[in-house]
Amino acid sequence: MKRRAFIKTAIPAAVFPSLIGGFTFQAFGASSLLSALTAAPTETDHVLVLIQLNGGNDGLNTVIPLDQYSNLFNARSNILIPENKILRLGNAATGLHPAMTGLKRLYDEGKLNVIQSVGYPSPNFSHFRATDIWLTGSDSNQTLNSGWMGRYLNEEYPNYPVDYPNAIMPDPLAIQIGSVISPGFMGPGLNMGMAIANPSSFYSLVNGIQDPAPNTPAGSELTYIRQIAQQTQQYASVIKASAGKITQQGVYPTNNSLADQLKIVSRLIAGGLKTRIYMVSLGGFDTHANQVNSTQTETGTHAVLLQRVSDAIKAFMDDLKYLNVSKRVLGMTFSEFGRRVKSNSSGGTDHGAAAPLFVFGDAVRSGITGVNPTINTVVNTNDNLPMQYDFRSIYASLLQEWFCVPQTTLSNVMLKDFQQLPLIKSSDSCTKTPTNNNQLAGKNLITNYPNPFTSATTIKIEVETGHVLVQIFDVQGRLIKTLLDSQKASGTYYLTFEDEGWGQGVYYARLQNGRVQQVRTMMIVQ
Amino acid sequence: MDRRTLLFGKQEESANSSLPLLRTTTGLSPYTGIFGSSELVHLLDRTLFGINRTDLNFFKNQSLEQVVNTLLVQAPAPLPPVNVYNDTNINDPNVPLGLTWVNAPYTDGTINARRYTSFKAWWTGLLLNQNRSITEKMSLFWHNHFATETVDVGDARFVYKHHALLRANALGNVKSLVKQITLDPAMLRYLNGYLNTKTAPDENYARELQELFTLGKGPNSKYTEDDVKAAARVLTGYRTDATNISSTFDPNRHDTGNKQFSAFYNNQVIIGKTGAQGANELDELLDMIFAQEEVSLYICRRLYCFFVYYDIDAAAESQVIVPMARILRQNNYDIKPALVALLKSEHFFDVLNRGCMIKSPIDLVVGTCRQFGIVFPNAQSDTQNAYLMWDYIRAQGSSMQQNLGDPPNVAGWPAYYQEPLFYRIWINSDTLPKRNQFLDLMIGQGYTRNGKKIVIDPVAFASQFSTPENPNILINESLELMYNQSVSQQLKDFLKGILLSGQLNDYYWTNAWNEHKNNPSNTSAKNIVLSRLQSMYKYMMNLAEYQLS
Repeated sequence: MKRRAFIKTAIPAAVFPSLIGGFTFQAFGASSLLSALTAAPTETDHVLVLIQLNGGNDGLNTVIPLDQYSNLFNARSNILIPENKILRLGNAATGLHPAMTGLKRLYDEGKLNVIQSVGYPSPNFSHFRATDIWLTGSDSNQTLNSGWMGRYLNEEYPNYPVDYPNAIMPDPLAIQIGSVISPGFMGPGLNMGMAIANPSSFYSLVNGIQDPAPNTPAGSELTYIRQIAQQTQQYASVIKASAGKITQQGVYPTNNSLADQLKIVSRLIAGGLKTRIYMVSLGGFDTHANQVNSTQTETGTHAVLLQRVSDAIKAFMDDLKYLNVSKRVLGMTFSEFGRRVKSNSSGGTDHGAAAPLFVFGDAVRSGITGVNPTINTVVNTNDNLPMQYDFRSIYASLLQEWFCVPQTTLSNVMLKDFQQLPLIKSSDSCTKTPTNNNQLAGKNLITNYPNPFTSATTIKIEVETGHVLVQIFDVQGRLIKTLLDSQKASGTYYLTFEDEGWGQGVYYARLQNGRVQQVRTMMIVQ
Repeated sequence: MDRRTLLFGKQEESANSSLPLLRTTTGLSPYTGIFGSSELVHLLDRTLFGINRTDLNFFKNQSLEQVVNTLLVQAPAPLPPVNVYNDTNINDPNVPLGLTWVNAPYTDGTINARRYTSFKAWWTGLLLNQNRSITEKMSLFWHNHFATETVDVGDARFVYKHHALLRANALGNVKSLVKQITLDPAMLRYLNGYLNTKTAPDENYARELQELFTLGKGPNSKYTEDDVKAAARVLTGYRTDATNISSTFDPNRHDTGNKQFSAFYNNQVIIGKTGAQGANELDELLDMIFAQEEVSLYICRRLYCFFVYYDIDAAAESQVIVPMARILRQNNYDIKPALVALLKSEHFFDVLNRGCMIKSPIDLVVGTCRQFGIVFPNAQSDTQNAYLMWDYIRAQGSSMQQNLGDPPNVAGWPAYYQEPLFYRIWINSDTLPKRNQFLDLMIGQGYTRNGKKIVIDPVAFASQFSTPENPNILINESLELMYNQSVSQQLKDFLKGILLSGQLNDYYWTNAWNEHKNNPSNTSAKNIVLSRLQSMYKYMMNLAEYQLS
């Protein structure tokens, strides 16, 4: 029977250009920010592109301390790159993996900053936990439910997603391309970003192509729902429109998924999206075995990966320049950890700790931040590199210098103070307070005053008739207080939240009214 | 039929394919193919509201015969809804908190409104706590068929009684049910039967009795306007009794004249009767109507639309509806044998009939709660909170355009009759985002009220699968339960990418899972698996496939 043949091919539930909408909320109109409304606003059009290298990149074979070469040889002779192949950065005793010619050129052009030994105290060696630490910006022993980018976007667009998109912010706050749903975009309530599943579904979206549904009743209903889904995808049309404005781009390497992703990012930036943060990723850095070709250590798995990273970034930068938007874009690579100093006998390296990362862009203060790590004469299997810089110092510096985040807000995002690093050229660095327009976008349902506060603050809510809940959470997501949990008529209500010894720090007031929720960031100061 | 051509044309276009929509010519013959987990999922998906792993395990290794036998057992009558509404402002003088109001005096409009809420919440609770029986789906089927609206009925006790009637006869005899519905006080109020008198005949019920409840409007249903008038005269004299929550027959209001019917009814005359005998004319009327084969065809089409698909093409009509209707007639309108034949048929299990039903709002919200084992406040020990949460679920279905107890009109929900969109009416630019918001809330923060929270626990959900530490098996088994259709390897890889956070080795998930299982009190270990499962299940629920059954 024909339908038999059909069973095999029937109904491939394809990955729909699924723009996973994060729905939520939230808030902080720090009083200092509100007062800034009267000051001359400077709307920043800066964009940050984060490149996540999944698996834990071997930093010592990426950025190589040439002055430690003999000790490195003792520790990892089976994978060490031949000294004469290493791409020396200027006159420094530091070089790049020979596959990274693109990044070397960026360095030479003054568009690359290499930051040495980035990590955090008491490093964790689990991929998942370490990834969560990097994305949430938590301490090693702390669990946070929100991501650092999510908290930033929360401060910048406090009313999201109520009445979003809107004239002030018609575009997604953040876009992620790739297969990993990032906890980094998680706000105190829900996700602030959206994901475009993968490059091919991006092109499906932009070109109006859908993965085929079979011509069965199920396929027919599926197609119908997908059509409605696409119509209701609040951001589908703006993304399509932005992509449509760019018809020609620079040349990107092929067989390079990172390049494919960055090509989309460049197109969306140049196409005029106001989206602040993009995130892309490349996997495969978990090189426990055979990370190099044993006969020619500058080649092999790790070399291929680094070349992809380097080629993709170089092509991206060239394209941005071609599209005349390179001044607006700053990029940063990161990986959940570096790898062990001592290689293993499988020709690979096990999970390690601190590692270098790259910050690139026209505006970057070029050079090497930090000093070469010291490699001991005798290296034990479990030896790791100590950190020179906390990764959150880099986040904090970028937020302040690139996104012009004021100090008070910065404390709400990073949850404590971190050392500032001069990563941006002074000519491009923020000196002014950003515009407050973003604070006004969308509809505000929950506010509090004063904020920050010491003993008590008044929370104002605006609700529709129905059940209303107001809860207070700490930064770890623990419910510490329920201020209201009852049926209310439509209107405005005031509640008081007192510091009953909660301690100083950031707290979130979450409003739930029917299906709607919004979260307000509050800060208790002593 | 013209509308079929139209429908085909439209689907062809929307299916984004130059090929015509594939339909099947399989019929009501017993299905003899493999009865594996995919077939079981299909059967349970269509007969229950949401299926869970426990149900799948329960039926695993049973034959189709055994499963259908179990599903077709009528669920026991539930205890009635209770007073959960007394508070500082409202006090029902006749009903203490926790006791039922269904036989108590009406009291007043405020209390009646609270009883409606209690009734609807209670019904939602029954849906959420259903056993492995088709009873709930059939009760909703009959509610859609004999649609009434609470406000028009005007008394929650009538509404409850009407509902109890549908529920008790969910798998019973159609003709008997139609008779009881005709005499049901809620229906007498809803379609003005109680105002239908010899001096002022009201045709409302007589019309819907034929047009919606028995014969339908198909091309072979040729009753006339005069038949409506004649039937209305047969039905004169009934009244409602709000004290006993019952109906009565008042011979003084009954039209005792002879009632002449059209050629469609073989020119039958129902001789007018006086006194209490007048009430017997109803049996003659129903005998006459049920003598029309069209009644059996119409009832079977309604069942087909509710359990299989909305488009009844020529093949479905001749191969399924006609033989099924024959079974219904041969069994004197006992619904069960016909339903059994359908659910065991080659047609029902045809791959072309799987995964093509857009979930109704009730199916989506209740089904999600059941599938993910969302824990509600205990109905016995925490009744008020249980009702509050049930009502929240009911309200969600309502905001998506299916308000239990209040279909839009006497024709029921348009998804089951409105050409050419049918089920597609459930999905539009307003309701689809609401569906996704509800699902996002459930997999995310959950809904909190009175300090109680209903939320999906994805770790508990994943724990039910055979080897949750194996990401491939976890994904396959989750997909099997959540989507009534096969999916591409591309999607499976994508889902695994979420679980693995972009890592390439499966054992990283395995380690994370085991780490949590070995240290259940370790928050950090739990969060690692929790956040990844949340992301993965959220993604699966956001895809269009999740909207299909």
